[in-house]
Amino acid sequence: MPTTTLHIRRGGPGEAPRHDVFELRFEPGESVLDALRRLRIGTDPTLAFRYACLNANACKECMMLLDGRVVYACTARLEARDMRLDPLPNKTLLRDLATVIAPPDERLD
Amino acid sequence: MYAAIEAVRQGAASVLLLDRSLIGRGGATVMAQMTVAAAVGPGDDWRHHLADTLAAGRGLCDPALAALLCEVGAECILEMDRWKVGWARAGNGFAQVQAPGHDRARCVYVDFLSTGPAVSKALRAQVQRVGDAIRRIGEVLVTDLVVQDGRVTGAVALHVASGVALTIAAAATIIATGGLTRLYARNSASANMSGDGYALALRAGATLLDMEFVQFFPIGHLAPRLIGMDPIMWDPFRYKLGGRLLNGAMQEFVERWGGDAENGTYSTTRDLATYAITKEVEAGRGSPNGGAWLSFTHVPAATLRAAFGPVIDRLAANGIDLTRDCIEVSPIAHYHMGGVRVDTAMRTDLPGLLCAGEAVGGANGANRLSGNAITEALAFGRIAGAEAARQAAEGAPDFSAAAAREALALLAGEGPAQNPAALVARLQRLMSTDVGPFRTAGGLARAAAELAVLRAELGTTPPGAPGLAHDLARLDWLDLRQMLLVAEAVVVAATARVESRGAHQREDFPEMSPAWERNLPLRLRAGANVPELVS
Ligand SMILES: Cc1cc2nc3c(=O)[nH]c(=O)nc-3n(C[C@H](O)[C@H](O)[C@H](O)COP(=O)(O)OP(=O)(O)OC[C@H]3O[C@@H](n4cnc5c(N)ncnc54)[C@H](O)[C@@H]3O)c2cc1C
Ligand code: FES
Repeated sequence: MPTTTLHIRRGGPGEAPRHDVFELRFEPGESVLDALRRLRIGTDPTLAFRYACLNANACKECMMLLDGRVVYACTARLEARDMRLDPLPNKTLLRDLATVIAPPDERLD
Repeated sequence: MYAAIEAVRQGAASVLLLDRSLIGRGGATVMAQMTVAAAVGPGDDWRHHLADTLAAGRGLCDPALAALLCEVGAECILEMDRWKVGWARAGNGFAQVQAPGHDRARCVYVDFLSTGPAVSKALRAQVQRVGDAIRRIGEVLVTDLVVQDGRVTGAVALHVASGVALTIAAAATIIATGGLTRLYARNSASANMSGDGYALALRAGATLLDMEFVQFFPIGHLAPRLIGMDPIMWDPFRYKLGGRLLNGAMQEFVERWGGDAENGTYSTTRDLATYAITKEVEAGRGSPNGGAWLSFTHVPAATLRAAFGPVIDRLAANGIDLTRDCIEVSPIAHYHMGGVRVDTAMRTDLPGLLCAGEAVGGANGANRLSGNAITEALAFGRIAGAEAARQAAEGAPDFSAAAAREALALLAGEGPAQNPAALVARLQRLMSTDVGPFRTAGGLARAAAELAVLRAELGTTPPGAPGLAHDLARLDWLDLRQMLLVAEAVVVAATARVESRGAHQREDFPEMSPAWERNLPLRLRAGANVPELVS
């Protein structure tokens, strides 16, 4: 099984940006979201990111930056290399990779 | 969303539409890629649809609810058409395909594999058109209902984005939280389907029924890893193109387990296909990853392209060429027939509490017909919305903050660090192993014992401190609290039903018994962890 190295941006608004590094074996074809969910189960349950439909690319919640490019974590495939994950830069940060993406009129003010 | 729209149409001045995720994106509806059953074709009548629905339900459908599904459902499908959902056309009418168990081509759809997204989008647009009477708020997880003197007066919720606890007062509350597929390791729906509605209803004192009937979809995608598509996407392929279901030795096998030869058509019902695949794998004749092969290699490339257009390219991006490659499929938790007991106005046993959609039990009995779920969600939503408006017009008792105190205390609790994500994974494994489509007394007893262990490990307080933004550890803890209660309900009912019927198959009681042609209602006694059967 190949290994990927994920550099994941951690922390909330106002905290100094840091990237935690996780090494992870994966089955070819698995998605970045597969890896993040596995990390929460096996390594760090506090890691924050958004998702709902897991695989179907229907909810559009799992958007984040992979090496600076916007991707859906559930359709971006893992690769055997260093991969950097950051929250969307133009949205308000909640924590780690999770940002406020709901339309403004669907938020609690 | 249909409930909210209808409530305002019937005069409700203020409707709050809450979702734990994004509005209209978090559930099963947006994921449904296939077809919707409704008697809207020439010569069809909702009574024909009802006859098929009752037959599939193996004697356990509530005939009045099933009739509403078929009759009101057809009206909703036509209304959705006026709302420009985009049902595919053929000639002057709708394009309709025939799904197993239906007596004719009755299922409308939106090409290509876009039914659910189109339904969600059309409803969202209508909700917005209705205007300010509907206030939409996403990222609100309802954790408990508020009950005053036996009447539901509102809810307590967690605002996930901020970690803040909320109380909500309401003259009428509608549970429309969908199903429970997340209880299983392999499931087809979103991560939000923890069965919350069933748990909310039980804790408030309402009655559930048919909890033993979890529908497994026989040909959920298994391998190779496929991303960007929902795992039950092979069903529409089978509707349009037939396809061949083969064992590890590339032989057809459905006939061996009581099915009829398919001859390149799609005729085997869901429960039989699940049975045949499971048995073939048990007999050592499964595909490499423990399922069956599905083959369309006999279908010409041009036919594939005409039927599924851009989907063929998405498959190619996943390295799959159907003219060359077979895929592996196996049963996957997909839908829940059981749920909250309601009357024909979608009223639960508790005044002030209504239910709609998949969360309702009884309309589909022991086995749901393909295409009935979206119809059910639309029809029951519309009925519940009208009833909620009527109740709201009658007014509500004053909301008592004291009645919300216990539920708020839970959200304010600060517990020891733990890994609820790992506990959820354990629950999913045990449910898949011992409470899947095929059950035994021994397996169910083992599941009950393991659920008790998980409950002890979960404890009574969510981990960490409250008030953290997007705190998934606390969210998983709250979800697991509900999932454990719902899992108990499934295990209690499955243990009690000592026969095999529809989606509930007991290997130790393989026959269907006339004595069991009845529903099993469940309730939770105050302070108890495990629901009980009620007569
Ligand atoms: C992949 C897939 C394909 C399907 N295909 C078809 C098909 O082709 N035809 C068909 O008829 N049926 C199909 N079904 C079944 C059908 O989609 C569902 O039964 C139906 O959409 C359920 O609708 P609903 O409104 O009851 O619930 P959902 O659409 O699931 O919505 C429930 C909502 O409640 C929210 N929620 C849950 N808990 C809480 C809480 N505690 N607090 C706040 N919000 C909460 C969720 O976030 C979600 O948005 C399919 C299902 C799946 C998973
Ligand atoms: S998880 Fe739904 S789109 Fe990625």
